[in-house]
Parts: sequence; C-alpha cells; structure tokens
Amino acid sequence: MTNHWRDIKNADLILINGANPAEAHPIGFQWFMRAKLDPQRGPGNGGGAKIIHADPRFSRTSAVSDLYLRIRTGTDVAYFGGLINYVLQHDLHHAEYVKHYTNAPLLINKDFNFKDGLFSGYDAATRFYNVTSWGYDLDGSGSPKRDDSLQNPRCVFQLIKKHYERYTPEMVSAITGIPQADFLKVAEMVGEMGRADKVMTIVYAVGLTHHTTGGQLIRSGAVLQLLLGNIGRPGGGMNAERGHANIQGNTDNALSWEILPGYLKTPAPGQKNIDDYVRHSASKKLGEFSWNFFGTNYKKFTVSLLKSWYGNAATKQNDFAFDYLPKIAENASWLTIFDRAMKGQMEGLMLEGMTATSIGPDVSQILEGLSKLKWLVVLDAFPTTSSEFWHAPGMDPAAVQTEVFLLPATHWIEKDGAFTNSGRWVQWKDQVLPPQGEARHDHWIFADLFQRLKLLYQQHGGKFPDPLMHLTMDYANPLRPELDELAQEMNGKDLKSGKRLATFVKLQDDGSTAAGNWLYTGMYPEKGNLAKRRDGVQDIAKNDPTGMGFFPNWAWSWPLNRRVMYNRASADLEGRPWDPKRAGIKWTGEKWVGDVPDYPSKMNPKDPKAWAPFIMNGEGVARLFSNSMSDGPIPEHYEPMESPVKNPLHPDVSSSPVAFLYDKHAGRPDRFGTPDEYPIVATTYRLTEHEHYLTQQVRKLVELQPEPFVELPEGLAQEKGLQTGDMVRVRSKRGKIEVRALVSKRLGPLHVAGKNVWQVGIPIHWGFVGVAAEMYPEKAQHWLVNALTPFVGDANSRTPEFKAFLVQVEKV
Amino acid sequence: MAEPVGLFTDTSICIGCKACEVACKEWNQLPGNEPQFRDSFDNTGQLDAQNWRHVKFIERMPEENMTVGNGQAWLMMSDICKHCTHASCLEVCPTHAIVRTEFDSVFIQQEACNGCRACIGACPYGAIGFNEDTGTVHKCTMCYDRLQNNMTPACAKVCPTQSIQFGKLADLKDKADARLATLQRQGNSKAQLYGRDDKIYGGLGAFFLLMDKPEVYGLPDKQNAVLPRRNNAGGYLGALLTAAVALFAGAIALRRNGSPAPEETQTVDRSTDG
Repeated sequence: MTNHWRDIKNADLILINGANPAEAHPIGFQWFMRAKLDPQRGPGNGGGAKIIHADPRFSRTSAVSDLYLRIRTGTDVAYFGGLINYVLQHDLHHAEYVKHYTNAPLLINKDFNFKDGLFSGYDAATRFYNVTSWGYDLDGSGSPKRDDSLQNPRCVFQLIKKHYERYTPEMVSAITGIPQADFLKVAEMVGEMGRADKVMTIVYAVGLTHHTTGGQLIRSGAVLQLLLGNIGRPGGGMNAERGHANIQGNTDNALSWEILPGYLKTPAPGQKNIDDYVRHSASKKLGEFSWNFFGTNYKKFTVSLLKSWYGNAATKQNDFAFDYLPKIAENASWLTIFDRAMKGQMEGLMLEGMTATSIGPDVSQILEGLSKLKWLVVLDAFPTTSSEFWHAPGMDPAAVQTEVFLLPATHWIEKDGAFTNSGRWVQWKDQVLPPQGEARHDHWIFADLFQRLKLLYQQHGGKFPDPLMHLTMDYANPLRPELDELAQEMNGKDLKSGKRLATFVKLQDDGSTAAGNWLYTGMYPEKGNLAKRRDGVQDIAKNDPTGMGFFPNWAWSWPLNRRVMYNRASADLEGRPWDPKRAGIKWTGEKWVGDVPDYPSKMNPKDPKAWAPFIMNGEGVARLFSNSMSDGPIPEHYEPMESPVKNPLHPDVSSSPVAFLYDKHAGRPDRFGTPDEYPIVATTYRLTEHEHYLTQQVRKLVELQPEPFVELPEGLAQEKGLQTGDMVRVRSKRGKIEVRALVSKRLGPLHVAGKNVWQVGIPIHWGFVGVAAEMYPEKAQHWLVNALTPFVGDANSRTPEFKAFLVQVEKV
Repeated sequence: MAEPVGLFTDTSICIGCKACEVACKEWNQLPGNEPQFRDSFDNTGQLDAQNWRHVKFIERMPEENMTVGNGQAWLMMSDICKHCTHASCLEVCPTHAIVRTEFDSVFIQQEACNGCRACIGACPYGAIGFNEDTGTVHKCTMCYDRLQNNMTPACAKVCPTQSIQFGKLADLKDKADARLATLQRQGNSKAQLYGRDDKIYGGLGAFFLLMDKPEVYGLPDKQNAVLPRRNNAGGYLGALLTAAVALFAGAIALRRNGSPAPEETQTVDRSTDG
C-alpha cells in the first residue's frame, strides 16, 4: 500500500477492484465501514464516503457497498481507462498536481508510437518489446525536454489523452459488460475527485495481479490516481491488500528471484563488479531538480547488504564479495521452476510456507513436475497436498520417482517475530504456544542444514565454496538464531562503533556499515525494537496528534516510520496541504510537520532548487508514462489468454502480445481452450471462512464451508438443469473438478462485444488432505480448483492468470 | 443487580464473516455439528445446542447489472438468543432451570435442567437446542462467565466491523437510535430497530437494527411478538401466583434434596413478574 489500513477512513470515495476486502480482510474492512458510516463526521472526516465495488461476483463486500458493478473478469484496464478518458475529456484532472508532480509535461522519444494494439519496438518472432523508443526526448544536457503548456503532441499528457480517447463509454461497456449509464454514474463521482478538497482511494488485491496483464491493470489505476492528484495524500493512494499476514514482509525481504532484500535488483550475467551492477540497476538522475534518492544511494545499500551477509570476508579489495552473489541468467519465477521440473531439469525442491500442488496453475503439470524430481522436502505444520501428492487419489505411486520428506515445522503462533502488514507496518508479536511435538522453526531447520552443508564442504571440498563458507552466522547459537537477532541484523549497524543505526541515510558504501535490508533500517535502533511499540487508541489525543490516524508510536512502518508514501505530493508547491482538513505534511516556514516527510525535513519548498516531490524516481516526478514495464508504457486492455471474445479495440492483437508461453516454448501441446468448446468465463477466489490451505485442518472452519462448490448464475443453472446442491463437473482444456452447484443471483449475465456471456465463480481451498477430504475421500480427488487454471503468467512478473479462464459446466 | 447489559447487532454493517460463530464455539467449547453443505454461504442452518450464533444470509438480488448494495440486496444477520424481557422459555420451564441473571440476561442452569424441552417449543426464535450427550438444553449464555469477569461476550469481542456491540442496554439504545437516524437520513426508509423498545417480548436484551421488516428475517413482528396472556390481567396475575408457588416449591425441593442451590438462583430476578 502507498497508504495504510487506518487511512482508508480518510477517503471520500473508495474504488474496490480485484478485491473482496469484507471477506478476505474482514479486520481491515472496519476502516472502509468507518469511512462510510461514522455519523459524527462528515465527508473528509471519516464519514459519508461512498464505496464502489466492481467485481465479477456480488460478494459480501458488494453487499455493503453503495454501488456494485458487475464487470467481466480481467477487463479493469478498460474500466480505469474509461475513467481516465472521462476525466481528461471533461478537464477534471488536478491540473497543478499533474503539471508539477507527474511526467505529463515531459516529451517522449519521436520513435514512440502505438498502432493496432502494438507499441513501437515489437518483435513478433520473440514476442518481446525493444523498449528503447519508450524513453524521453532528451536535451543536450541529458534532461527530458518539457512543455509546461502540456500542448505539445509528444508530451506525455497529450500521448495519454490520445491513447485513452478510444476508451469511450460505449467501448468500456462493450469490453467490461458494465452498462453505459451505470459507468457514467461512476465516472461522474470519480470525476469529482480531482478537486483539491476531495480524495479517492483505489484498493485492489490479487484480483488485479492474477492476469497476464496484471501489472498494467494496477498501473491503469495508478495513472487515474495521479491525474486526480490522489497519490501521496491521506485518504488516497493505490493500495494493495496483501494475502498473508506477512506477505509484505516476505516481498520486502526478497523471497523472489528478481530482487534482493529492499528491492535491489538481482545481478545479471556480465556485471563484473559493483559499479557495473549499480550502473545497470539504479535509476539515473534525469533533470536538475531530481534527487533520485534510491539511485543515488543504491551502492550504499548494496555494500551494506554484502557486509551484513559476508562480514569480514567482504572487503574493498574484493569489491565487497560481489562475486559471491549469483548472477541470474534467466527468469526463475514460480512457473519457470515447474516448467524446468517438467523438463527434468530440476533435481530437488524445498517447499515452505505454501503447498505447490494447491497453489500452482494447471495442477496436472505441477504434479508431473513434482513426480520428476529426485527429492522433495516439505516444511509444514501439517501434511499438505504437496507432501502427500505421491499417493493422492488418482496418482500411481510407482510412477513417482520422487523421494518425499515432510519436516514438521512450527506454525506462526508457535514463534515470535514480526508481521509486516499491507500498510507496511511492522508489528512484533509474541509466541502463543510452544512448538508442538518435534516441530522446529523453519529458520532453525535451515540453520542446521547450513551448518551440515558447511561441514560437507570442509570435509570434501567443492567448487567455489566461498559464498557458503563466509556467510555470517553471528548469533548466540548459530543453530538456533532468535528472530530478535535477525531483526537486529536486518536493521544494521555502524561497524566501527557496533551501534545499531536509526536511519538508512547513515549507510555507507565504504564497508563501514552493514544492513540486512536498508528499508528496515530504523526499526531496531539502539533504543530498542520499535515494532513492539503499542501507543494506540488508549490515548488518542496523545498518540495520534494530527488526528489523521498516523499513530507514530504504534509499531513501526518502513520507510523511516512514514505512514503515507510520496507524502510530499500531499502539499502544493509552497508546502500548503491541498486539503488542510486532511494534511499529510505541511511546511511551517522552518520544517515539515505531520507524517514523517518523504522529503528532506528542512528543505524549503520555495527554494528554487528544492527537489521535485517524487524523490525516489530518476525524474523526480511520478510516471504516467513508464518505460519500466515490459508490455507497454501506457496501460492497454488485452483480453485474457482464454477469452470468450476478440478484443474490441484491436481484434488482431487480442491478448497480451508478450506474455511468455511456456508450453509453446517447451514444445508441449497447446493447453488453451477456445470459446466454442469452453464458452463460460470462470474466475477463482478465496472465502472468508478460510485462510489459504491451512484451515483444511480446522474443524470449526470446515463446518462453516464444508465442501467445495461452484457459484453459478440462475440463468446458466436453468440452461443446465442445475439446482443448489447438485454435483457438477467443471472442465477446462487442462483438467476438471467435481463439486457442488451453488445457484445464486449474485452472478448474472453479461453483454460483451455483442455476445451474451456467463461467468462462474470457484472458491479455492479444498484438496485431498484435511478434515473435509477425510470425510469424503472418494470425492476429494477432484477438488483442486487449479486443475482448471492456465500455465501462463503476467508479462512482467509471471504471476499466473488464476482469475480469468474458460470452462464448460455439466451435471454429473 | 448490576445495570442491565446487552448486545446490539447492527445488520446494516454485518459482512457475514461468521467470526462470531467461531468465537462463540471456541469460548464456550462447543464441538459443533457434522459439517453439511446447505445453501448460499450458510452452512450452519439454525441456532441449536451447538450454534449459539448463526449468521443468516438472505439473498434479494435484483436482475439488473448495477445494484445498490448498502446492506439491502444481500441481507446478513447474526442471529442469537434475544434474552427477552418476557421470556417464553423462562415462563414455561418447569424446573426453573431458566433464570434471569444479575446482568438481565436469560440463562439456563444445566444442573437444574431436566431435559423436558418445553422451552424449545416455547421459544419463538428457535434459539434453544437439545444436546443428546448431556440430556439438557443449551443456548447463548451471553457469555455469563465472561460477564462475571468484566469481559465482553466473545461474539462482540471479535466482530471486525462492530456490527455486534456489547454494553449497558441504555447506552446501546442511544447508539442504535443514532445509527437508525443516520440510515434514514441516507434514505434507508425500511431500516428499523427490532426489540429496542418493549413492543417485542417486553424488550430484547439482544436487539437488532434490521434493513427490512422482521418477517424478511424470519422474526415475529410486534403484533405476534407478545406472550398471549399479557393481554389478560387476570391471567397475568394467575401466572404470577403460579410462578410464585412454583418458585417456593422449587426452593423447598432443592432444600429437600440437600443439594446447594446453584449460585445463580441467589440472583434470580423474575423481572417478568414486574
């Protein structure tokens, strides 16, 4: 989230897309309700806000929203694009903000163009864009040329305006299925939000990310928010609701192949030293008013990370052990791992904190991949669909060559440590129960494994053992590191004094500081673990001095305890809040007060040399147009890989032209279905009664939702002769499930591109392990919903397209 | 007696998460029924010996694409024993197992229940269930043990939207009035309070804000939600007399058994008598 949960109460208007917070985030949802309901306060003061929910399914969130729009899954770019067009055609954007705080006035390279669904630089043979034409038109000094009148046809503002001209209410309706009149009603409400005294938030979740166009779905919302001047402001922002209690902490600390902790890029082959790596990875300063904070400090953060990992073995002479870092030659995302396993290129796999068999798309391919491993280690508190896959119903154990180990690991209630929530608040928690049985913490299992590997290298030698032998394990008991010790290590310290640092501004590139994650520097300074702070509602006047819900002494949020990111943009050029009733920060004449400023705390905004507001970007301003995406600098609507219609904007380039096609590359048969064979649109989601797959083991929750089902609109159920409770088979090109029918008016017909389309909804969770599976062992074989989903992902992140695919439904 | 406390359930902001159901079962150590697939998102079915909170889901979706949600199209209501002022169960219980506590809640003393089930037939809300294992009837206790320790009932404690609120009844009534006024200002003309005043069984210790008529939720309206004999002064006095005799007889019976009177009988306040 750019903002945080509690801040949602400050909004006038809440757009929810690709999310179902009432069900998936019921605790956080209280802030939505407060925005809407608190009768003591008017709009802008935590009362009177409106909620608009656009979703394929009328969910428990829709039930309490002011307006619900039935939208076809995967078409949110058209929805947001239509809103962008409405705002620009009616001059409703926040003109001052757009001119000074975004790249609207900057001119783009003359070679850039967009035609018939393709941006310039496309290579059809490789399905890749060469993005060089997506850059700025630079002047002699290397700064982007600009036109502050915003009239130059090559400026970003005009390019965006032209791009979205095609997104008329008619077109929006043809793509999304939302009737024009309803769309216009929403557009009018959204159009109001460009006023300085109004603010809107957009809230989304994996309903936007789980598409081949996921990155662009989110960017289209961000572009709308920038045009309305709503980024950086309390009550505004582009807010991702994260799926686990600690998935934000997981991302920050880089359990992902393309980043190191703190969103530093993983080095690439050919980068021979740190300077080379920084040159390729860090953003470049563009223009004299850009601070380019991240880019400028990239090396300091990298060197401090290497010092944290390799200690005294990282010296100036060996370039701080830069050679120890793997240089990742090709994509190694989740789909790629299983693609390789299927090809027999993977020897072993360790799974922790998830069960691949349930979460992967196209389960039969995942099972094939797992079956070809030599060994599989599962670390979990319970048996999972992965630890038990080899003897699952329908599997032939003799055909599985994999040796499977299940290591009992602790559940999070059996350990202390921190959760970083969606709003970046790092909150320490206590251990509730001692570990049960022989369960061990995951990090103790890995610490033990590490020492044994080290011993093997010592005894037998091996190729390039240095990264392993020199890894620091400076804990009281290296076999059993405490999470408190790890938190201190993440925070980092001055290596000369040994004192922990209070801010990442103190990190150095000369090897005199160490930090395991620069973003978390300041969480655990010398005065103690700030994630443990609990100055909350027990004394609101004292603990929330601005009344904006920042609660600065409740836990700690990255970066530097800032509650709203980019908050320099919450005030005008002179430092006056756009809306004094909802100030993020303001300039007193001497310093910035309010939230922790995303800006030098004493930089006078009236100084002609003051930094531009978005200090992390090379341009110093926010990007309406961005060359950092692999599938286009301006969000464009593409159909899901499996769609009932051709893209009404450009039928010849219907779906993403750059999404990576694993099966095609590997020479496997095509696994995409066509609408004549599979005419029904399907989407997947979770239910509030469940947490991922673990709650399969909790009987009281099983009782609330005992059996898997497919939600069907009444009209479709009539066509198929189905009633609630009937057993149905749902088939895609890839597999099938057999579950109960739940017939409901909460889903309904859509009129899309001249065609009537049905959508069905399928909750994930069930599988062949757990309480329900033991109750109905003969049925549970066909309960894995991801048997249906396609093995394809977002063009940028490769996040699988779980949310939009085609199926057929029939009575069993 | 302590000041009467109760529960106010505002259905307009209920999101049907069922945290109340689970928290109730966890605190009161209810093992639950055999899981069963039913309808909509309701797989609990009804209030019974194992389920003292039950979220009802009532779908009233129009056909059109756009829908005004606002708690009107998909009604959710976390149902519970109403802790009636004129409590039918308490009236009919032959052993006086059902009593009114110092908190003004209606409580079933397991030790005194003989399992006759008269209360199950008498309760207009189906809030009481019979447990074959214990041979007695069970329902919501308003977390009597928590109340005795100044704790909020489990359902209200966990409710994420504060749809379920616990407090002094007088305060809750003020909150409910304010909330109703807000909804009416917003044009929710059908929103109404249920059991806030004495029209429904003399007033409910667990009262509701509903988004439509009580019948829509399967609740008796104020024409039907009265004990029949309350319209009859003679019969009323007769009942009083009977109750007094029964109480006396019960006390004697307890003494004759030599068993100590359960603690709750010390605090019985038959407010139905007054």
